[in-house]
Amino acid sequence: MKLSQQFRCLVCQNETIADSHADLAADLRQQIREQIIAGRTDAEITTFLADRYGDFVLYRPPVKPTTYVLWFGPFVLLAGGLYALYGLLKRRPASMAKRALSAEDHRSAENLLKFDSNPNVIVYRDQFAEMESDFRNGVLVRKQYERDREDLERRLLEDCREIRGQTTQSPNSKKRS
Amino acid sequence: MKFAVPLILFAALVGFLGVGLWRDPHLVPSPLIDRLAPAFHLARLDEPSREFSPQELRGKVWLLNTWASWCVSCRQEHPLLMALSQAGVVPIYGLNYKDNRADALNWLIEMGNPYVVNVQDTDGRVGIDYGVYGVPETYLIDKTGVIRYKQIGPLTLAALEKTILPIVRDLNRSLEK
Repeated sequence: MKLSQQFRCLVCQNETIADSHADLAADLRQQIREQIIAGRTDAEITTFLADRYGDFVLYRPPVKPTTYVLWFGPFVLLAGGLYALYGLLKRRPASMAKRALSAEDHRSAENLLKFDSNPNVIVYRDQFAEMESDFRNGVLVRKQYERDREDLERRLLEDCREIRGQTTQSPNSKKRS
Repeated sequence: MKFAVPLILFAALVGFLGVGLWRDPHLVPSPLIDRLAPAFHLARLDEPSREFSPQELRGKVWLLNTWASWCVSCRQEHPLLMALSQAGVVPIYGLNYKDNRADALNWLIEMGNPYVVNVQDTDGRVGIDYGVYGVPETYLIDKTGVIRYKQIGPLTLAALEKTILPIVRDLNRSLEK
């Protein structure tokens, strides 16, 4: 009785006719059984039910103008979501991840570590101090140390740019809103 | 400004969900509206030896009320059916759905009989042809045998006055032309 799993029971609307214990579902199962024995095709039986109870009984409603939103709505929403995501990613500051840091970048990172009092920078300062001591005590090999250090500087610079960006933007956005 | 688009989207979502909240998912529009009422030949409740068929009512505007003695909402709508039959605006015919004959006859003696004729749909097959999925349901059928309106669930005074009786009046007027 695979066929009766494709139809919704109108009494218990979240059950198929195959699963439902409602009287009506039992009657409909009986009718479907008789029609199968009488040699009717699946399409004929589907039409039989849809003619009486409407497309609502079909768990797989036909594609037609009134069901376009149902069938294609999710894809439209997905496209909208992807478009929004694309816009968001594009607006983000170009990532520095792939680019090697210039001498100037190194210098400004060092300056930040020395002079900036932002709490975030202080966290970085501690991380740098720990890394330095690990390197000096031989826990880190030179190659690893250099790579880690560059990563940390890169993160520091990106973070600081965000922090700076916010502090310079906020007065404007306050006025606007 | 920055939040305008998400806010509009959110408002639209709330709007859709809000409308959905107030709609009754049990009211499934019938595909039989504006179609020929399915034919049947069923034994009458009062005299099972006699048959009744809706073909006999061509040229008349009438109501087909599905009911059963085991149905609680039928008890609720019964006084309204009594009043309607006494007013004599539109004849009411009864489809006694999956009922026991003795129980049904008792009910009519106890509560009064608003029906011109009642037929017994003991196995519920005619009910399925009419797309009945929960008694009571009431069909308004015109003089050519076409279903013009379907009331799902018990009749209410509001449904009668605002919807059914105006259609009955229109249909009767078209009869005179």
